[in-house]
Amino acid sequence: MSSSPPIPSHEEPPAASSQPIPAAAPQQPRPSLAELFVAFATISLSGFGGVLAWSRRMMVEERRWLTPEQFNETYALCAILPGGNILNFSVILGSRFHGALGAIAAVAGLMGPPLLLVLGIGAIYAHYGELPALRHMLTGVASAAAGLMLATVAKMARPLFRSGAITPPLIAVATFAAIGVLQWPLPLVLAVIVPASVAAAWLRL
Amino acid sequence: MNAGSNTLLTLAGYFALLSLFAIGGGNSAVPEMHRFAVDVEHWLSDRQFADSFALAQLTPGPNIIIVTLIGYHVAGVLGALVTTLAMCGPAGLFAFFVGGASERFKGAVWHGVLNRALVPVTIGLTAASAIVVATTAGYNWLAAAITLGTALTAYFLPVHPLWAFAAAALLGLSGWM
Repeated sequence: MSSSPPIPSHEEPPAASSQPIPAAAPQQPRPSLAELFVAFATISLSGFGGVLAWSRRMMVEERRWLTPEQFNETYALCAILPGGNILNFSVILGSRFHGALGAIAAVAGLMGPPLLLVLGIGAIYAHYGELPALRHMLTGVASAAAGLMLATVAKMARPLFRSGAITPPLIAVATFAAIGVLQWPLPLVLAVIVPASVAAAWLRL
Repeated sequence: MNAGSNTLLTLAGYFALLSLFAIGGGNSAVPEMHRFAVDVEHWLSDRQFADSFALAQLTPGPNIIIVTLIGYHVAGVLGALVTTLAMCGPAGLFAFFVGGASERFKGAVWHGVLNRALVPVTIGLTAASAIVVATTAGYNWLAAAITLGTALTAYFLPVHPLWAFAAAALLGLSGWM
């Protein structure tokens, strides 16, 4: 799947005239539970090379469950919530249409098919994982995935380092050093870094 | 794969906690999973962890599906289900309640502040994931060359991940033969 976490958008809040999300405009269809399940299963299974692009195409362009503004707004929220962005997206979208049941249907669609697939893959790996040919191919894939992540980092970091602000690049480097080099526990590192970063963002340092 | 209820409890508790610390998606929690699963609990070897990561990348669906593979490796199908539920549950509940309340805060100041604050953290975490995966996958020159080559290509050209993975798998195979 995609190695690129969607870059949180910095779009302006939508104009006051845009429809609030629960009270969708009349021309916007309201999906059933089954439709939610199928939509997220489809997004999940076609989710190579960016779940963001796929979910946008389906939700905004094909099924018109969301306007472009609603999509951006929802995704920006998902990016600041803990957990996978697309998981949060499925929970929030499902619950907006059908409450808790809608959230469950959407998450089941998102996680169910890849869960079954990966169980099959895991069973095959348990039998053949020691085959030298397979091991060398997987080493190649893991190395390439690391490379894709590095490219994503470089693209995300470019505007950060060009902005002229000193603190955000420092936060990025400190996070990298604590987790990637020193290999400290994530909760401890985040407990220090996130408040510091929020303070810096608040004061626009 | 003989797992007692203790192992299942450890899996459930650890991944439930981790789900609340995965900022910017599943891949940013990879170094922490490696630290715990390989270094602390010795559930997997470095090699098996790197393989699980590669297999998760090859599976369509969210990146966090790597936790399903880890759970399966540690405690079979039950372990896979427990781990997946633990990784989705707390974060999902959080999103459920915040998503419901978010209408009232639309366009609020904290939204922009949090967004600006989390971008550099996500960048640092993703870079750390790349380094941990690259060094776990293999120290040989071929693995390093694949990582650097993919990074440069994907930075300058729009590369579909599947093509990158296919090319890298063939390179890995040819390097061995």
